[in-house]
Amino acid sequence: MLKFIFRRVFLEALPTLLVLITVTFFLIRLAPGGPFSSEANVPPEVMAAIAAKYRLDQPVWQQYLGYLADLARGDFGPSFKYKDFSVNDLVYAAAPVSFRLGIMAFIVAMLIGISAGITAALKQNTWVDYAVMGVSMVGVVLPNFVLAPVLALVFAIWLKWLPAGGWEGGALAYVVLPVAVLCKHYISVIARITRGSMIEVLSSPFIRTARAKGLPMGYILRRHAMKPALLPVISYLGPAFVGIITGSVVVETFFGIPGIGQLFVNGALNRDYPMVLGLTILVGALTIFFNAVVDILYGFIDPRIRIH
Amino acid sequence: MRTALFAAVLLAQIASNSLSAAEVPPGTKLHPIQEIVRGNGTEPATLDPNKAEGRPESNMAVELFEGLVTLNPDGQVIPGVAEKWESREDGRVWVFTLRRNAKWSDGSPVTAHDFEYSFKRMVDPKTASQYAWYLGKASNVKNGRAIVEGKVPPSELGIKALGEHTLEVTLEKPVSYLIATLAHGSLMPVPRKAIEKYGDKWTEPGKLVSNGPYKLAERVVNERIVLVRNPHYWANAKTVIDKVTFLPINNQSAEYQRYRANGIDMTADGGVPPEQLKQIRREIPNELATWPQLGTYCYVFNFRKKPFDDVRVRKALSLAIQREVIAEKLVGTGETAAYSFTPDSAQGYSPIVHDWQRWTQAQREAEARRLLAEAGYNKNRPLRFELLYNTNEGHKKIALAVAWMWRRIGPVEVVLVNQEWKTFLDSRNRGQFEVSRYAWIADYNEPSTMLDLFHSKHGNNDGKYNNPKYDAIMDRAKSTLDAGERTKLYQDAERILAQDFPTANIYHYSNRRLIKPWVKGYGRNPEGRVLTRDLYILAH
Repeated sequence: MLKFIFRRVFLEALPTLLVLITVTFFLIRLAPGGPFSSEANVPPEVMAAIAAKYRLDQPVWQQYLGYLADLARGDFGPSFKYKDFSVNDLVYAAAPVSFRLGIMAFIVAMLIGISAGITAALKQNTWVDYAVMGVSMVGVVLPNFVLAPVLALVFAIWLKWLPAGGWEGGALAYVVLPVAVLCKHYISVIARITRGSMIEVLSSPFIRTARAKGLPMGYILRRHAMKPALLPVISYLGPAFVGIITGSVVVETFFGIPGIGQLFVNGALNRDYPMVLGLTILVGALTIFFNAVVDILYGFIDPRIRIH
Repeated sequence: MRTALFAAVLLAQIASNSLSAAEVPPGTKLHPIQEIVRGNGTEPATLDPNKAEGRPESNMAVELFEGLVTLNPDGQVIPGVAEKWESREDGRVWVFTLRRNAKWSDGSPVTAHDFEYSFKRMVDPKTASQYAWYLGKASNVKNGRAIVEGKVPPSELGIKALGEHTLEVTLEKPVSYLIATLAHGSLMPVPRKAIEKYGDKWTEPGKLVSNGPYKLAERVVNERIVLVRNPHYWANAKTVIDKVTFLPINNQSAEYQRYRANGIDMTADGGVPPEQLKQIRREIPNELATWPQLGTYCYVFNFRKKPFDDVRVRKALSLAIQREVIAEKLVGTGETAAYSFTPDSAQGYSPIVHDWQRWTQAQREAEARRLLAEAGYNKNRPLRFELLYNTNEGHKKIALAVAWMWRRIGPVEVVLVNQEWKTFLDSRNRGQFEVSRYAWIADYNEPSTMLDLFHSKHGNNDGKYNNPKYDAIMDRAKSTLDAGERTKLYQDAERILAQDFPTANIYHYSNRRLIKPWVKGYGRNPEGRVLTRDLYILAH
């Protein structure tokens, strides 16, 4: 296990992150328009003063080395846009919000998605199956930027049950609509994967044997079918988890939620280099971490691929 | 003698204006809870007034702080911390007397030293303020430019406290409209003690000390900024609203939904989503508030690219645009057709009517056709160019309409090119365009903030228009103290623009917001500023 962790961190994670940082660092500087360009042109001498303050007057390779040195100390640099804050401040404040929202959406997505998938698989080719798959197809193709305003219109403006936006530290009324929008896509995908793999497992010889022995269906499901059927789901959950906590840009923007999705999109639009870099590193590190978690979980569920 | 007279006129003007406070008519039934939620467009880049960049920052600066002067609800300059002022040496030196009861939110007095500190900090290259140029270029404060260029230390700025309550401002040359420029959001006093103690972190809740009607209570980046009354504000007794929450919602549809769900009482300036306009007109027509804004939407011609160095081409394209159709039908939220660059509502300006403005559209188009033919364009040699705009549905609609209007005057083939905002700015600043969307919103309420753009030396003269005669007029206007004479010079400047066509002006912006019927006290400030200090909530 220790060897596994060592290999994962030093031979895979760190080199991957370094490549990611390097590519992002140079790539974002290629985007036209700088962080300090604005509609009212800033006179060159003022621009020079700003560039000096943010080390942008140095050669790019020097900026790069300076950035890596700061990073080694855990300093992601100042935000070029939000001058009252460092990237650390902003991410530190925003990450818990996105995590909280993401985890709730993730749990809802798993519960509904897996149950719906199993139900559809058991009632394969009946109206139940078609209904579940139909709804999940709608879930996949319906974009969040359509669903969010529609839900807000119905539940906030017409029915007045829920607020149309805001966060209020994550109070229940404020999270219902964002969670609903955010988990929609994942429910659909998880339901489809679960159904497919469950159908496959149910038709495999060992299940037939179990049924031939006269075991009740509920027992077969719990004892024999569940684990293998969930393997593909679990491999999807790793990247999905990262996606759900970092990819809620539309949801956060529409509902005014102060999470990292908003920071990301504003960072890119404002050419806030340190912000975009910092968040890219965060997303990269999370992706690597959760993929590793999935690999470990795999081993627990399926002894055949247990890590040696 | 002239100085004395000038000062007397100013004082008389001041006396006739209202005080900075909410004016609640007698008999008004107020709501027991005086709290308001307002949209603020986007998250302010900073709460440090000296570093303010645009509207969202400036909105916060003027709520939290108060400068030497401030604006009343209708946008007229009224005394702020300065109670009165007078000019000496023919407008070269200005002396401000500060009110003795002005206090910071920690209870300490606001002094002339605070203003001296703030103004010097703002021009200091170390502060790296995007508006560092403003005091030198707009207000013409002595050494302002030289300090920004790094030639002179910030201590040499022409501003000096002559005691606790007397501030002297020395200019490079007399500037008639100095007072108007001083209402700018970046020119607020800043708390020296807090800044020296906390550095860049001084703007956090609990650390930020302010001298305006409100103080900072809470800030969650990308969610909200909450301000509460500053009990030490000198006119606090006349303030009505106790608490104001600003929401940084840059998606207008999202802001609209929250407004409709009663989560917002007043949307940000411009906070009227065009795609919902029909619904707004049908369901809540009384909540749509529009009034003229000091800003102009136009297309700028690049003089460095042929054939836009040819006035016939520029004039033809400008004549072809049916301004009323765009302003009233296509945009339709109080915008007005722009024939001149300076909006009619600018103080110290008196609108003129150009010859071609009196013509019918058919006459204009006939002339445009003639000019294009004269410039050598015909079926075999059509006029081909790219029209650049920043990606936005509204800009696209206008570009499509204008392209259609251009095709009506002959062989004009326009390719529409849209770019994401920062990319667009980059193209425009580097002169990589032929014709481009251009817009300018006034920094202060005076025609020079608009007309200076066409000065050959102005940094935002993106089309590189250059007419020495025009430069001379603008230089003269700056130091002309007589208001009537100055207005004439601005009219002359507009006449030159109406001959040279450096831009095809399209419409003058409007201030537009959605405001709940229970919010009162706002006026028609052409700079768009609506101060919470002036507002009150009716019982509802």
